[in-house]
Amino acid sequence: MLTPALFSAVVSFCCSRFAARAKVAANKHCTTRGNAGRMANAENRTSAASAGLNDDIGEATRLKMYRMQVEIREAEQRAYDLFLQNLVKGTSHLSLGQEAVATGFAAAMKPGDLSFCTYRGHAHTLARGVPVEQVLGELMGRDNGLMRGKGGSMHLTSAEHGVMGSYAIIGAHLPIACGAAWRAQYKGHKDVTVCFFGDGTTNIGAFHEALNFAAVWKLPVIFVCENNLYMEYTPIGDVIPVEHPAASRASAYGLEPVIVDGQDADAVYRAAFTAYERARAGGGPSLIECKTYRYSGHSRADPAKYRPPGELERWKERCPIKIYRERLKQFGIAESVIAGIEAEVRKVVDDATEACKAAPTPPLDIITTDVYADGGWAWRN
Amino acid sequence: MAELTYRDAVARGIAQEMARDPDVVFLGEDIGAAGGVFKSTVGLFEQFGPLRVRDTPISEQAILGAAMGAAMTGLKPIAEIMFSDFFAVCFDYIANEFPKSRYMSNGQLKCPLVVRTGNGAGSRFGAQHSQSVENWAMMIPGLKVVAPSTPRDVIGLMAAAVRDPDPVIFFEHKSLYAMKGDVPDGEIVDTLGTASIVRPGKDATILALALMVPRALEAADRLKAEHGIDCEVIDVRSLVPLDTQTILGSVAKTHRLFTVEENPRLCGWGAEIVSIVADEAFYDLDGPPVRITTPHLPLPAADTLEDAVLPNADRIVERVRRAM
Repeated sequence: MLTPALFSAVVSFCCSRFAARAKVAANKHCTTRGNAGRMANAENRTSAASAGLNDDIGEATRLKMYRMQVEIREAEQRAYDLFLQNLVKGTSHLSLGQEAVATGFAAAMKPGDLSFCTYRGHAHTLARGVPVEQVLGELMGRDNGLMRGKGGSMHLTSAEHGVMGSYAIIGAHLPIACGAAWRAQYKGHKDVTVCFFGDGTTNIGAFHEALNFAAVWKLPVIFVCENNLYMEYTPIGDVIPVEHPAASRASAYGLEPVIVDGQDADAVYRAAFTAYERARAGGGPSLIECKTYRYSGHSRADPAKYRPPGELERWKERCPIKIYRERLKQFGIAESVIAGIEAEVRKVVDDATEACKAAPTPPLDIITTDVYADGGWAWRN
Repeated sequence: MAELTYRDAVARGIAQEMARDPDVVFLGEDIGAAGGVFKSTVGLFEQFGPLRVRDTPISEQAILGAAMGAAMTGLKPIAEIMFSDFFAVCFDYIANEFPKSRYMSNGQLKCPLVVRTGNGAGSRFGAQHSQSVENWAMMIPGLKVVAPSTPRDVIGLMAAAVRDPDPVIFFEHKSLYAMKGDVPDGEIVDTLGTASIVRPGKDATILALALMVPRALEAADRLKAEHGIDCEVIDVRSLVPLDTQTILGSVAKTHRLFTVEENPRLCGWGAEIVSIVADEAFYDLDGPPVRITTPHLPLPAADTLEDAVLPNADRIVERVRRAM
């Protein structure tokens, strides 16, 4: 079992079985693709702090990434509180503890880049700039929800923000992401498609079909495995014959095994940026495994009692928000600025909560809209 | 006017749409350089090139998923699933993804694509390569479903399907590929959701689909000649949208309803139509509607066994004559 201690250094590439190859991969990522100025390798990442605010990421992006992580954390904790008040119905899958992954990948995107998310997609939706109120409204089944209550927690979609759906059938969206990337390739568009999924997805057929397909067609798609160590209730290590669910499979599709510290938004951002640039330049797909951890159970119904004692506590010591708060201070950001961001975000979430509580439920006449493109549902004359 | 096979009509229909719109792309297994395992896509690869006619790995989920992702971001893909039986290995896209993304996203997402597939029996391929599975698609809200029976309809309905803004499942019948028919010159564009009265009659309405249409027509000729029963044969063509008005209008005229279905009996398309007629035209009927279907069996492979289970003209004649 992987432990947080493994990540004590800010090291992105730690795949032991592929150690030699990964080292080469790391060097290639960092130095041979024309991004040397922006891309730091493992060594100079650790010294980035002393380099001050003019490093490859910069203050504005860091403040944005901190704000986003706090917003995701606050919004999801609020969603959980609203469950307890029976104001959020159905199921919900939280990313508490995984905020750095969504944040780093979204922050490195350009407008027009596309996100394909899973049922654990609140974080990725928020990270693309979708307002908290619309997300909470959807979870609460209110008319102000992102899809007016027609999709629910597991299907958050905001096409205008590039969130091309959240998919609740494990693995389904990897081939769909291939199709979006195929369109970009065919039309000569420069956007990239980013597809997020969990470690459990690496055991389903669609994962393998999509990776092969994307690699053969050299599609501009980035596959991001959020390895939170549990497929649902079962440890991922119990159900794979290799060490790393995604990275260990990469070589089968001619891809480099890339493992990133998913608790460090800077590491995620750098890995994302490298992969996006490569895809935009016609270099084809990437598969990136982010090691992370979810603080809550698989879903609302799961108390997560299967976790060994102390595991959660150890991972909370590597809380991505805690890490990033320290990072900002190392870069000389004033405590008042950091606290100001936190207060602003709390107000946003508080205001969104009140707006959702006050919002009406959807009118019943939307039940039969948008089945077909004519806006209706008629299947006969 | 030219005489064309159903097989060649597939290629002509696709070519017509690809020539019209550069956003129409075509993907599937062995469809390109090989011209398709049924030789129904011969010439497209040469005419439109490997970027628009793309051979894929044997990955049905990747084929349908990629078609969907391309459709939702601006292309108009035509995807081939070689045998409709293989829908079972990529059914997530057909059942969960294509038909629900528009609804779940409250109209934000679109899915304008066509899945064309070889459906039906008669090739002695056995139980996993011979099924008629149009009812698998018919039962899912959000899909459109067509099954042409003539070369002309293949072209016209292909054009309608490609131009339609919704996901369309396009069932070609494998046993019709060699069938010839007259096809007008120039562009042909049909309309989804329209049944076709292919033989007018006054004594009984026979509904049929795909390979069952020529068999129903043969039976109707014999019923007229041998028994003086004048049957109206309707090619249903489009299961969704369903042209109930044409069907109900015919039943109001003939007062008798027969369905000829290749699918196994339970939940076949005819069951839904009989239900609609019972609800809305019960007092037009002079007798109980009769469904002539393949029995509720897996299909056997041997020619004599397969022939024994599929509805044919003899069985149609017998069932109509007995009911009248």
